[in-house]
Amino acid sequence: MSQDRRTLLKTAAVASAVPVVGLPARARAQSTTLKIGVLNDQSGVYREISGPTSTACVRQAIVDSGIAAKGVNVEVVQADHQNKPDVGATIARQWIDRDGVDVIVDVPNSAVALAVNGIVREKNKAYFNSTGGTTELTGGQCSPNTIHWTYDTYMLAKSTGGAMVKTGGDSWFFITADYAFGHDLERNTTKFVQEAGGKVLGSVKHPLQSTDFSSYLLQAQQSRAKVIGLANAGTDTINSVKQAAEFGVTRRGTKIAVLLMFINDVHSLGLNAAQGLVCTESFYWDLNDRTRAFTKRVLPSLGGNYPAMSHAGCYASVLHYLKAVADMGAAAAKASGADAVARMKAMPTDDDCFGQGSIRADGRKLHPAFLFEVKTPAESKGPWDYYKLLQTTSAEDAWRPLSEGGCSLIRT
Amino acid sequence: MIEDILFQLELGLPQVVLGLVNGAFYALLSLGLAVIFGMLNVINFAHGAQFMMGAFVAWMLLAWGGIGYWWALVLSPLIVGAFGIVIEKLLISRLYKLDHLYGLLLTFGLALIIEGVFRNQFGSSGLPYSPPESLGGPPVDLGFMFLPKYRLWVVVASLVVSLATWLVIEKTRLGAYLRAATENAALVQAFGVNVPRMVTLTYAAGVALAAFAGVLAAPIYSVNPQMGSSLIITVFAVVVIGGMGSILGSVLTGFGLGLVEGLAKVFYPEASSTVIFVIMAIVLLARPAGLFGRA
Repeated sequence: MSQDRRTLLKTAAVASAVPVVGLPARARAQSTTLKIGVLNDQSGVYREISGPTSTACVRQAIVDSGIAAKGVNVEVVQADHQNKPDVGATIARQWIDRDGVDVIVDVPNSAVALAVNGIVREKNKAYFNSTGGTTELTGGQCSPNTIHWTYDTYMLAKSTGGAMVKTGGDSWFFITADYAFGHDLERNTTKFVQEAGGKVLGSVKHPLQSTDFSSYLLQAQQSRAKVIGLANAGTDTINSVKQAAEFGVTRRGTKIAVLLMFINDVHSLGLNAAQGLVCTESFYWDLNDRTRAFTKRVLPSLGGNYPAMSHAGCYASVLHYLKAVADMGAAAAKASGADAVARMKAMPTDDDCFGQGSIRADGRKLHPAFLFEVKTPAESKGPWDYYKLLQTTSAEDAWRPLSEGGCSLIRT
Repeated sequence: MIEDILFQLELGLPQVVLGLVNGAFYALLSLGLAVIFGMLNVINFAHGAQFMMGAFVAWMLLAWGGIGYWWALVLSPLIVGAFGIVIEKLLISRLYKLDHLYGLLLTFGLALIIEGVFRNQFGSSGLPYSPPESLGGPPVDLGFMFLPKYRLWVVVASLVVSLATWLVIEKTRLGAYLRAATENAALVQAFGVNVPRMVTLTYAAGVALAAFAGVLAAPIYSVNPQMGSSLIITVFAVVVIGGMGSILGSVLTGFGLGLVEGLAKVFYPEASSTVIFVIMAIVLLARPAGLFGRA
């Protein structure tokens, strides 16, 4: 009994000592540690378009936000989901339950992106998806805890698909990656092609991470379609384009529509194989003074890679989050992911990568979409000088209208 | 009716040709595996990684040394083969007395490490490698399809190398020593043949075959660290169907299954990635030693 009382007294002494020797109450509230988890592909087809470069961009956002000076400590953790939804879901749960992660960022591969979406909502944390493509994130499965930042399949289909139809490509054949993202992209593009009076002659679905596309390309050729739409990504796209060039598919007037391509894919293909392709990104490092300034800051920590729109989205979403944190207080942001996201939606966005923009009620980040053409080797003046701008779709027109998404957050 | 058949033929024939090209890679890779398994009794799971190294060495020779495709076709197998000698001497040679499983685990681990190192160094998007000038240019018109010259060359090169390997093992004195050593190593050694060295060189030769296939693949597929791991599982199925350790079996099955897979891509594309494994299951049930294996 006396033992117990002594322990009790000691505890009371320590507890009362803290406010005296510790920081004043206000500062103490601000010294909360926030934890950001970068969950992406660190070893497979999407490593270059997400991977360690995304983590470096998140770190850059923390530095640029100057949040440390405001007494908020931000930690970054990263993990490899291996493009497997079950692995991604397990990591997300462990991060939140065991490691106290407050925000999950990046998450390429739509299948994994959707798995994580549900978990973050259930645990009331915040989720900024940058590299996933599916419109479901702001549609049927939209969540008050989620912001879909960089691009989606609707925006790609409208920008690239719409431009192709306008220049006479009115019959299509799709080579589609056989999972949520590929199906989504094919469906969205089909809609734009048909609305513009074109028709779809057929499609073939291939497993993720295929090596040989010659058979599919040949089937596409035999369909006599004017445009072969590639509804895949990463090394699958690279191999498709490379083999299309090898078989001389474009030599007889057939066009290749690469529905999703990142600058890292162009780098890997080389300008000889990639020249003349058109693709849509919402960020290009050499677009304007602000994007160049961002690239210059972040480049030393990227190990030779250049930032694509996916990486820029990781940077910009975290930067905006930290602005909201500074505004509402770290403790409040930590307590409720939904509140933090609501605050982010209430504030206009402004960053070096995407300029000024906003976040819609369904979680869709709004900014312009740029249609680029890949330069010829002669036009390219320096390293990673790959794109010329063909067309800009404004932030108002680029995205699926709020009313068409079927997001339940809108009706309430 | 006839028009229908003609249409199917028009659709199928190009796929048969493409299947042969893929079959050429299966044949070369399973040939290397068969040589190594036949002589060393080691299931070389690092074969895919060594195939990938072959492609990367070709890329390095060009990018860093300005050495072109034709030299790479010779140099890359030699360099990767030398790497194979180091691996065999340092690691694999310690496992001959143990169960197959140990060799499998060791080489599987090696494959993961090698791939990891390359991924760390070069990323996963892959690097560009163009076909040589003489095999570039417009595709050849075969009447029913246009085939890139380079793919034609792949089939020819693979056939020649497969045939040469078979001849060396079945028809030469060296091959006779090798085959004798697999039957009774102690006896062959008693005749004055340096068996451990022969085994090392055999492993190196198998690895060199993988690297050769890697160089052949470099201009077609993007040179990336995971290019081997996506092929190797199929190739193992080919080896199992052909009969573990059978040289002729692995070559014939390689081309044959390439064809089957090509046809599946037209008539039922969803099954194209599984058709080989279905055949494997059937063969294992009916002939456990494989089509050309000795029980």
